[in-house]
Amino acid sequence: MSEDTGIDVYRRRFLGNTAKAAAGLAVVTPAVFLHEVGQARPADQPVTSQVRWGMLIDSGKCADGCDDCVTACKTENGWTGHNRPLSDPQWIRKVKLRDKETGYTQTLPMLCQHCEYPPCVDVCPTGASFKRADGIVLVDKHICIGCRYCMMACPYKARSFVHEDIHDQKPYAPRGKGTVESCTFCVQRVDSNRTPACVEACTAHNHGAMVFGDMNDPDSEISRQLEQYSSRQIRGDLQLNTGVRYRGI
Amino acid sequence: MPRKLLSFLLMICAAGLALQARAGDSILPYIPEAQARFSATQGCMRPTEDMRKNHMKYLLHKRDLTMHEGIRTTLFSLKQCIDCHVSSAPDAPRFPSEKHFCNSCHTYAAVDIDCFECHADRPLKDAQGNFVISGNETQPATAAANAAREDTGDMRALATEDDAHE
Repeated sequence: MSEDTGIDVYRRRFLGNTAKAAAGLAVVTPAVFLHEVGQARPADQPVTSQVRWGMLIDSGKCADGCDDCVTACKTENGWTGHNRPLSDPQWIRKVKLRDKETGYTQTLPMLCQHCEYPPCVDVCPTGASFKRADGIVLVDKHICIGCRYCMMACPYKARSFVHEDIHDQKPYAPRGKGTVESCTFCVQRVDSNRTPACVEACTAHNHGAMVFGDMNDPDSEISRQLEQYSSRQIRGDLQLNTGVRYRGI
Repeated sequence: MPRKLLSFLLMICAAGLALQARAGDSILPYIPEAQARFSATQGCMRPTEDMRKNHMKYLLHKRDLTMHEGIRTTLFSLKQCIDCHVSSAPDAPRFPSEKHFCNSCHTYAAVDIDCFECHADRPLKDAQGNFVISGNETQPATAAANAAREDTGDMRALATEDDAHE
């Protein structure tokens, strides 16, 4: 893959690698200790970039017609449609891929890819769209003005705009009219050392198609699988370094 | 005779003023009793006078800590305010009502808040009365109260209060 897409990305990569190398040198000895801090963050301490949350989805295990992950997300975060497919909120959706030549079809869940270089954050005029230190991309609805630039910038069509008044929201997942929203990796669960609702449901129903974890931790299940199996980032050509990776596509 | 009439009229006026003063008392907001106390000696996380004056600063600061840094302690979290102060009963007053805890004062002070366009205006509890903290996970009411008490050590929110952007 060539670096001809612009000096900006190259520069970021370079600076990022330099920083990583420096960090690596500085923490050679206490690496295990740092890892422990990342795993069991005290409730009153801020998130850090020692952790990068990621998800690995095996489309080979993702059955056509199964939407357990979508249902779990709806239940957890309380979003629902009004039977208006063009404007209904959609934090996670099932996508079907079909090879035109062979007719081979496969399905996969599509959600916010939690990019390292998120285009939605680049275009946000108010700073509402932001990336947390641990890699989770969120909308701060307190300062979102509903301009929807981020929805246009997102290559994955991952964001939705809330068109309707909303009542009876979940206390742990606030959402309201006039703001943009998307998958949060179930940040309220991640902050209390649990996995996102979609991953939990996929595992609970014995599909095992989704793995969630810290990609910076070499001992995590997701890091082991990423090392062991071939995986891809969707639209990897955009060099956004997504946090959601796919196997078997 | 006219003097007697005048004093009679004065008496009526005085009585009217007294009545008016009594009626004036009733326009003060009726603030619903909280569902839970912070501790045996303390009603809220901070003294009532402080909360009445500064709750918005505490909430704004905690809001940014939670949203951007993932600090989900209960001290000054809006969710914790609601969990203690608002009833989850189906017939309990909902937000736009003047009988909802937050709106009881805000109506009186003519302050329009939009917190509850996104946030839940009452606690979410399961059939057993436990707080629902996620899709299928619950926390006993006592645990929530204990967690709030443990948070008294967390004065970070107060120490950096001035840093909070307005």
